[in-house]
Amino acid sequence: MAQADTRLRVRKEDDVVHVEFVDRNILDEANIQRIGEEILALIETESEPRLVISFSNVDHLSSAALGTLITIHNKMKAKSGSLRLANIDPQIYEVFVITKLNKLFEIHDTSENAIASLK
Amino acid sequence: MTAPSSQPRTDADIALDNEPEAIRTTQDEILKAAADAGYAEAACFAIRLALEEAIYNAFRHGHKELPHEPVRVAWRITDQRIDLAIEDKGPGFEPEAVPDPTSEERLELPHGRGLMLMRAYMTSIEYNDKGNRVEMVFDKATQTP
Repeated sequence: MAQADTRLRVRKEDDVVHVEFVDRNILDEANIQRIGEEILALIETESEPRLVISFSNVDHLSSAALGTLITIHNKMKAKSGSLRLANIDPQIYEVFVITKLNKLFEIHDTSENAIASLK
Repeated sequence: MTAPSSQPRTDADIALDNEPEAIRTTQDEILKAAADAGYAEAACFAIRLALEEAIYNAFRHGHKELPHEPVRVAWRITDQRIDLAIEDKGPGFEPEAVPDPTSEERLELPHGRGLMLMRAYMTSIEYNDKGNRVEMVFDKATQTP
């Protein structure tokens, strides 16, 4: 069960950290900042972290959310970690395509496939 | 100040405070008016995204030195097109000078994508000469696949 003030649901499976968003819309700045801080704190505790971020609950995101994902990507890279994104709605995937971030991130259809790719 | 949720305004011009709840309420009102006017889910996704980016830019960049000033948000929704205008009181900027965020050397930078998304999702967007007011149009006939 997630803590009352967290914006994430986190579980660990075979040393892979799996993160899901509580909110359907990742739009407002304060929320995005909070999410970024929570995920960066998770990465900080791991050496060579393996992280899957699932968008299964997400209906909307903004460029500020994309910026936070890139910051997470850069942090993962600095720690020689592996990052996968999963369960991205087709409308949101289109945002990744327009911004060409589908080339920067490794994106999988499902969390299971994303986790399997890290084993 | 918000209209009753059952009857969103289709034509309004408001001063919007930099408060997450106020921003959300205004966006929801515009989106509800759009849905009521027959805009499909994909259209509403596009409008929400462009609106979010324009308001974010106005507060974050335009009002960087004016954190307590509201921005002006105007909308007019018909069953054919949606006109949105967002105006801040800042110094403005040159949209043409914003670099391409998809270039290889900029792809890993965490900012600079809002304007690109506004252009991608709206039928047209136009800034005034000063660069502190953006007018965006979503034309239902043009944007519907």
